[in-house]
Order: sequence, then C-alpha cells, then structure tokens
Amino acid sequence: MDTLQVLSDNLADAVDHAAAWVVAVNARPRIAASGVHWRPGVVVTTHHTVRREEDITVTLSDGRTVPATLAGRDAATDLAVLRIDGSGVPPASFAEPGSLKVGHVVLQVGRTGSAGHSASFGVVSTIVGPWRTWRGAEIDQLFQLDLAIHDGFSGSPLVDSQGNVVGLNTSGLLRGTPAALPLSVVNRVMDALLAKGRIARGYLGVGLQPVEVPSALGGKLDPPRRTGLIVLAVDADSPGGRGGLQLSDVIVAVDHQSVADVRDLLALLAPERVGSTVAVEVLRGGTPHTIRVTIAERPTR
Amino acid sequence: MTLADQLAAVVAQLRRSTVQVRGRGAAAGSGSGIVWKPGVIVTNAHVATKGFTLVEPADGSVREARVVASDPRRDLAVLGVDTTGLTPADIAPAGTLRVGSLVLAVGNPFGLSGAVTTGIVHKLSERRRRTRLILADVRLLPGNSGGPLGDAAGRVVGVNAMILRGLAAAIPSDVVERFVREAQLAA
Repeated sequence: MDTLQVLSDNLADAVDHAAAWVVAVNARPRIAASGVHWRPGVVVTTHHTVRREEDITVTLSDGRTVPATLAGRDAATDLAVLRIDGSGVPPASFAEPGSLKVGHVVLQVGRTGSAGHSASFGVVSTIVGPWRTWRGAEIDQLFQLDLAIHDGFSGSPLVDSQGNVVGLNTSGLLRGTPAALPLSVVNRVMDALLAKGRIARGYLGVGLQPVEVPSALGGKLDPPRRTGLIVLAVDADSPGGRGGLQLSDVIVAVDHQSVADVRDLLALLAPERVGSTVAVEVLRGGTPHTIRVTIAERPTR
Repeated sequence: MTLADQLAAVVAQLRRSTVQVRGRGAAAGSGSGIVWKPGVIVTNAHVATKGFTLVEPADGSVREARVVASDPRRDLAVLGVDTTGLTPADIAPAGTLRVGSLVLAVGNPFGLSGAVTTGIVHKLSERRRRTRLILADVRLLPGNSGGPLGDAAGRVVGVNAMILRGLAAAIPSDVVERFVREAQLAA
C-alpha cells in the first residue's frame, strides 16, 4: 500500500468530514470569518471577528445563507455564540476531550464565503495552561499551533486527523500567534453565554505590582505577611477608587488570604464575586488598614 | 517502505524533472522549470524573460534554451531545449486533488537546487485575472516560480506561479497542458 497516498487521502477525508459543519460568519466588512455549527442551531465563532451585533448572517455548507442572532460574546476568551435555524446541516462531531498531544497532526477547516471551504495543516506545538488571558479569563488549557491562520480562519474548528473537532481557532488571544481553545473552555463559555448573554467578571480598577514586604513591617501583622501588591494606579471611578484605595498602598491580604501576585487577586474576582464586598488589608505608610471594597463587573469595551 | 522513505522517493521523482531557469549575465533573475515532455520545459512567463535562457538540470549540465511561447496573462512559457538524458515529469490532472490533499513544492529558491516544501491543498479554485489557480498551504520563496507542485504520488499537478496572502498559488496542470499544445501547434 502506498502509505503517502493513503495519508494524503485521509487528510482530504478529514477535511471533507469537518467541512459539513463549518460555516462562514458574515459579521464584519470585507472578508467573512469562520464558525462551527457546534450544536443544533448554535454557532460558535470568535469575538474579535464579530464587528456588528445586528444584520449577521451565516453561510452554511449547503450554500444557503441564513440570518443569525448574537446570543452572547466574551472578549476575555475571544468567543461569540450565535443562534441560527440550522435545520438541514449537521452539528459538529467532537474528539475525545484531552486526546490532543504536542506533535499531533491537526487541520484547520475554514469557510470565508460561498465558494467552498479551505484548509491548512500543521502540528500542535505546545499546550499551555492553566493560563489567564490578557483580558482576565482563566483558561485551563490553550493549544499553540505550528500552522498558519489564514484570513478568515479565526472561529474555524481545529480538527484531528479524523476530522473531529478538538478546539476552536483564534488569532486573537496570543497577539496573532495561531492558537486554539480546547473543547472544555468553549463548552463552558458557550453555556454561560447561551444562558446569560455575557460573562460578568469582577474588577477593582487598580494597577498593581508584586512587592516583598520587609519583615519589620510584615511581622507587625497578624498573621505576619511577607508579600504584597503595591498600588501603582487607581481609577477614581472604580470599585477600588470608591472604596478608598490609594497610590502606594500595599495590599497584603483580601478576605484574610495573602496575595503574592496579581493572579491571586484575579482569582478572587471570579464571576460569582461580583457585587460582594471584600475586606482588603493594606499597609499605608507602614500602618495596617482594612478597606472594604465592593467588587463590580468589569465594564465591557 | 516507511512513510519517510516514500516521501523521499516522491521528492526524488519530482526533483529529476525540475530544472533551474535563468537568464544570461550576473544580474539575471532565476526561477524553476519542469521537464514537461521531451524537448519541452515549462516555466512561468515572468521567469523566461527575453530570448536567451539557460536551463540547469540536477545533473549539473547547463543547456541553452529558447522561448518558444510566452503568455504573461496565464504567466506560462514554453522553452525549447535539448532534454537528452532528462526525465519528463509524470503529469496528473489537477482535478484529482481535493482540499486537504498532501502536496509538495520543489524549486530553486535563492539558487538552492531542489529545495522541498510540503503542505496541503488549501483551496481548489481561486480566480485571479480570469485564470483558475490552486491555492496550497505550502511555503514558497521567489525562486520557486515555474517549479512543480506535486501530489503524494510524485506527479506534477501544477506550476507554482506566485505567493498569494502567504499561500502558494499554482497554475493547474490541465491549463498548462492546453498551453503547451497550443504552443506546439503554433511553432
């Protein structure tokens, strides 16, 4: 058997298999982006390629273009969810979660208009995570890819050599570097967006940098603290500003939990904490103070 | 044969029929060409500029060629050359390709002879200037122009012509075949 020809045919079969549920999302000027018919009537695509919230259409694999409504979007994970009348086209089939390893051959299958689908090919170069995106979402895993994300391929599925979906491609999370979100993240965010239309994330509105607390100062605290976050900027009209946080305050604990880096603090700003009031322990001029701050939802851009 | 051995065999097959094409003189540009049939080498019109052209096959010889036909619109040229000792390429219709099919490009970027890059068919029918092109997710460099895009069996399915948005754009073999026949009729 000619294994190279078999490999070539398998790759083309995988592309064919996936093309059935890859859609083109028409929500920005000029070139369309791709999307995945994830569940019957539900299309998942990338947030950064959805430039308008109305007059969105989706071009299906059978060539039809149907209207779509925006169910929700989340800038922090770069995901957007649309609802369509998807009757007649199949929803995606998925690979076993967690099956993808570094070095696995993967394909991207995109659709950027009515003129058929297109594909690119590469390998998984690294798997990173847990990782916090630059807009504050906690992601358990992110696939970094050794392949080219061509125009309109954000929102396309990353598929394995069988053509089953292993992730959703985006160039919007790693400053243009090809990456894909795993199924677990997409499913979690999609469910939240379908239920509520957005994901509320807490924020304080302060700029912080980790510092070491001198033992002479930290030792005065009960319990003693060794690390803290110094306040380098305060947005006056923000939870931190309204609560009374000041420049050069050193935050040593929040709700009695010590904070060693900004990630510790971000972890306390999860969606369920929005609206709750926390006790922020600070050192101000060497003296301990406790400031009460009500966590608010991060404004959407 | 292992997959790696087969890949090497396919590359060797494509390289046998790939030549370097260059003009005379130090400043002349260079590209690649394909031994299409006995006496006929196909390259891009933008590679085969003006009357005198030199062809260098992988066997180290340097052969003089004359431009028999050149069509800037299709970006194709036919060179008449003595192909004694050279193996014409195995040509397959581009219609055998599918999106996702494995493809290879062989050429002479920077004068390197027989450099190979691999990838898959990205899109089958990109229209540009009234011609149909195969787009492949394969890395090309300027000297690849005029060289073969081959399939997994080592058959030539297209002539690499340009880089479009980072993708290799190739003229399908059937378009090339028609051009070669027209050129031979006219000659």
